[in-house]
Amino acid sequence: MSILSYDFMQRALIAAALVGLLAPLIGVFLVQRRLALLGDGMGHVALTGVGLAFLLGTAPIPTAMATAALGAFLIEFIRYRSRTAGDVALALLFYGGIAGGVLFASLAPGKASSSLNAYLFGSLSTVASGDVIALLALCLVVIALLAIFGREMFAMSLDAELAAVQGIRVRMMSTLLAVLAAVVVVVGMRVVGLLLVSAIMIVPVAAAQQVTRSFRATAALAVLLGLVASVSGLVTSFVVEVPPGPTIVLEALALFAVLAVIAVPLRRRRSRSE
Amino acid sequence: MSAGSVVTVNRACVEFDGDHVLENVDLSIDQGEFIALLGPNGSGKTTLIRAILGLQPLEHGKVALFGTPLARFRDWHRVAVVPQRLPGATSIPVSVWEAVLSGSITPRGRWRPFPRSSRQAAQQALESVGLWSRRHDRLDTLSGGQQRRVLIARALSTSPDLLVMDEPTAGLDTANLQALTALLADLHAAGTTIIVVTHELTGISDLVTRAVVLRNDHHESVKYDGPPPVPADFDDDVHPHHDDLPEPPPPVELDPA
Repeated sequence: MSILSYDFMQRALIAAALVGLLAPLIGVFLVQRRLALLGDGMGHVALTGVGLAFLLGTAPIPTAMATAALGAFLIEFIRYRSRTAGDVALALLFYGGIAGGVLFASLAPGKASSSLNAYLFGSLSTVASGDVIALLALCLVVIALLAIFGREMFAMSLDAELAAVQGIRVRMMSTLLAVLAAVVVVVGMRVVGLLLVSAIMIVPVAAAQQVTRSFRATAALAVLLGLVASVSGLVTSFVVEVPPGPTIVLEALALFAVLAVIAVPLRRRRSRSE
Repeated sequence: MSAGSVVTVNRACVEFDGDHVLENVDLSIDQGEFIALLGPNGSGKTTLIRAILGLQPLEHGKVALFGTPLARFRDWHRVAVVPQRLPGATSIPVSVWEAVLSGSITPRGRWRPFPRSSRQAAQQALESVGLWSRRHDRLDTLSGGQQRRVLIARALSTSPDLLVMDEPTAGLDTANLQALTALLADLHAAGTTIIVVTHELTGISDLVTRAVVLRNDHHESVKYDGPPPVPADFDDDVHPHHDDLPEPPPPVELDPA
């Protein structure tokens, strides 16, 4: 395949596959907790990290990672402290994230503000060779943490108070989930872009849950859909020469539509059999 | 197991924004008791239960479970709660089987695969409520009464010493109510301590060994604490005629598994 003869495309494909695999695994918990927009906010906060990296001349992935992780703790703190005005407080944080990112990037020397676009909507050529190792490492960390804490997160997402009565540290699990979402945002920022990366967390899950009957099946199908959308979206973007973020998200949305159509007769048959 | 105090509440007070929801509650529940916690809406029944489970901080007073102060209590596997519903089961499909298994998830087990013994206990519990055949179905496709039975199975699967149920009889049809009563009778006979939060004793009055009536308009929230039936003076609290009480939910349709 000619596409694979380009080194940058090989790296971009690896990065896309990683985000397609990881994002729905986190998204399924976010949707279950009705926090679908949390990933969105995390992307906004990570943008400040990218702006800072431009300004300070540091590496974007670690800087964005640190900023997003800090944002995750802040978000959980705000959610815990202010039950009623929590969503407004979060909105303030998210606006601040975008504004900070754009401002820092504009202050940075050189053509930083124009390359900010690549971080907003994804780019085929920005995954550096060192990045692949960093992304793989982050991916392994996320999977290991899910293997250890996933069941407790599931119980917490079903009902936080019941989980607490089972001895589960709900605040710890909630914070861990937010941090994992931050990691996924950073893994996805290169190819999908910070403004759209949360779509890969949410859209495959929303698509899958139309036809599934269990949490496990929803997660598995969502990962499959996420992989299909991100890898094929990336290839499409190479062929058509458009940014990969939008193509990946539109392909995920197309999969959502297809499953919505499939779900109609399926649901009818099920309700008849009951 | 030797009989001992399962729940001890000592001069417990809870305030919400200056409102005294619970005032000087003293309550000691022994092993094997079947308690009905009664009172009109707003009387603090749910708040008291939340306080006992460590979900509601106290303004004053103390709570102990199985003789251990709440702050140091770690044996949560001895306690199980039957809620009215699982909020997280409506946003993502959750199977009946997953909902039951979720009751056995604990921090202790995080480093190991899910134990086979927990699966077996979950299967037994689901069979005991007659819903094993529905284990692969989405929880939210079951009728309200069946979902309640699944949540009971979820609690039973951990073989708790203390079972707390939030309005377990609300909206149940006769068949589901009878099934629930039989199940509770078995548990009680096996020595499980049971606390039922409810508006009314209908259906479970024969099982209840002690009724605790709450009302929040005096210096002490507990208005009656003794054997059922609740004396007529307090009957108003148990069967309130106030307008602030919501309509009871419609009966759940009969739907044998």
